[in-house]
Amino acid sequence: MTDTERQQALNTAELVDETAASAGLTGTLPPDTPQVAGGETRSQWRDVWRQFRSHRGAMIALALFILTILFVSVGPWLWTIDPTYVDIRARNSGFSAAHPLGTDQLGRDLLARLMAGGRVSIAVGLTAMVIAILLGSLIGVLSGYFRRLDAPLMRMTELFLALPLLPLLLLMVTLFREPLSKNFGPATGIFLLIVTAIGATSWMQAARIVRGEVLGLKEREFILAAKSIGTPPHRMILRHILPNVLSPIMVAATLGIATAIITESALSFLGLGFPPDFPTWGRLLFDAVDQMVLYPWRVILPGLFISLTVLCVNYIGDGLRDAMDPRIRGR
Amino acid sequence: MLTFTLRRLLLAVPTLLFISLVIFLLLEASPGDPLGDVPLTVPPEVKERMREALGLGQAWYIRYALWLKQFFWVEPLYWFDGVFGTAFSDGMQRIISFQSRSPVFDVIAQRLPQTLTVVGMSYLVGVLIAIPIGIISAYRQYSWFDQLGTFVSMVGFSMPTFFTGVVMIIVFAVNLQWFPSVYDTTHRVTDWDSFMVQVRQMVMPVTVLALYNAAQISRFMRASMLDNLGQDYVRTARAKGLSERVVVLKHVLRNSLIPVVTVIALGLPTVFGGAIITEQVFKVNGLGQLLISAIHANDIPMVLTLTFLFAILIVLFTLIADILYGVLDPRIRYD
Repeated sequence: MTDTERQQALNTAELVDETAASAGLTGTLPPDTPQVAGGETRSQWRDVWRQFRSHRGAMIALALFILTILFVSVGPWLWTIDPTYVDIRARNSGFSAAHPLGTDQLGRDLLARLMAGGRVSIAVGLTAMVIAILLGSLIGVLSGYFRRLDAPLMRMTELFLALPLLPLLLLMVTLFREPLSKNFGPATGIFLLIVTAIGATSWMQAARIVRGEVLGLKEREFILAAKSIGTPPHRMILRHILPNVLSPIMVAATLGIATAIITESALSFLGLGFPPDFPTWGRLLFDAVDQMVLYPWRVILPGLFISLTVLCVNYIGDGLRDAMDPRIRGR
Repeated sequence: MLTFTLRRLLLAVPTLLFISLVIFLLLEASPGDPLGDVPLTVPPEVKERMREALGLGQAWYIRYALWLKQFFWVEPLYWFDGVFGTAFSDGMQRIISFQSRSPVFDVIAQRLPQTLTVVGMSYLVGVLIAIPIGIISAYRQYSWFDQLGTFVSMVGFSMPTFFTGVVMIIVFAVNLQWFPSVYDTTHRVTDWDSFMVQVRQMVMPVTVLALYNAAQISRFMRASMLDNLGQDYVRTARAKGLSERVVVLKHVLRNSLIPVVTVIALGLPTVFGGAIITEQVFKVNGLGQLLISAIHANDIPMVLTLTFLFAILIVLFTLIADILYGVLDPRIRYD
């Protein structure tokens, strides 16, 4: 039985129950064997998934996103050319059997570079999103739950919102790339730098959303009930508050991946991202711009990958929001 | 309303001071040396004197206070002198760029027109495209126009401007040769022909930025229209026999524009930030390009002043958005 059919069966069962109950009041006696509670129940996440599946765009986007992730994670196992291997005799070659997507000006295989670049780009997006969401939820929950912390934390959020982000990011990356690459090696150092820089400058929206939700939740009866049996604040937050603000956090997280990927590639495009021998999609695009007249594909392919991934993530976020908040469906 | 505005203006002062301090300390913590490009043959004592001349000898708080004085006191005085022909600022040191040794604000004044024409035009075009699209797709929700509009705005929103810009250059400048790929800022508009040249070179950067902005604004417009179309007053307006045109374009549109106007105001400073990338793509030598070259050259006064100007823009437009919201929607009272 598929999920939909099972849900339909459940729906009919519910309807029958309702009508049967009212019939019982007016007519015959209630049955001797009362129905046992439990059995097959609907969990919230299954409901969300069912709703999510009805959003066609989001489903296509999810499939494409999984394909992209497979492409960058499993791809290098199947296509084993080293992305940094310089084959100067094969430079600037077009689409061929040896290099399906051609090579760059140093003869490095573009397919392999796209896979390696995607790995970094998506890793940056995911890590930066995790940092931003953790920071944002922490600050949001703290300022929503503890009244005394609310004003100072929100002041701080407003201060961060007033910062000119792109110039500051540019500044941070230029100023600290040298010392960090010395300490952690060029690749790890820049990765840490970019991820923290993006994470530290994009938590504000999440914090505001979470704070609003927590403020609303605090007025509800179940929180009062939990408080009256003496639940300490940390368990209150972990057991009662956080699970209930999970859906807006998840939507913010999905959209956060998209922004992080775009920001990283923008930094790379301005020449302030990862070092040249360390490909990311933005870096590949930046490297190819000089020769875009002769080899337009080298620009278009990484750009397409960036746009497609971001589009998918945005659509997934849209679908998630629709699935989790029925009030705003279709907006 | 006035007290609210005054209070917010007063609050903006510490915010801006804090932001300038953050930027200053960030620059201070940087390992970069503005004298890094000076040849090694220059003896150390001469280098030390050069450092003194750049004002780098003092402690950071003295330099910060000095910069604050120059930004908030000397520069306005200088501007005042320029307008009224007085001589208050004589003998006062203005903010000097390390790179060009000329006053930072003079350089900014040279670059500002390019950025303003491109960014301003693109925002205007973006808003003009977005609002009708938002109206139609909300009015005909789930129609093919709405589906298409939503898809296109999703795509426009997801494609970074550096990619759309480069693709447009490949298609329209390289293959079709309709528009020049490089923005010529020395071009002067004197007659019809030179005006057409100016228009042609502006088409691509403006389109790229406008599409990106339109994608965001049209989504807000649509959501806001949908919110209002379901309201009771719309049914009342229809029931009393108003034409559909009046109902939608007068009653609903006016109310829906309230949140959209604030979104437009809030988005304006970010557009300046986003223009950094577009300027880089089309080689417009505006403020964004100035910032990037200053960052590369460790030109501390220039970077500090430019970033701070961006911060002022953000704080200012947030304030404007809040005030506009109160003015447009009488239900909102801040006092």
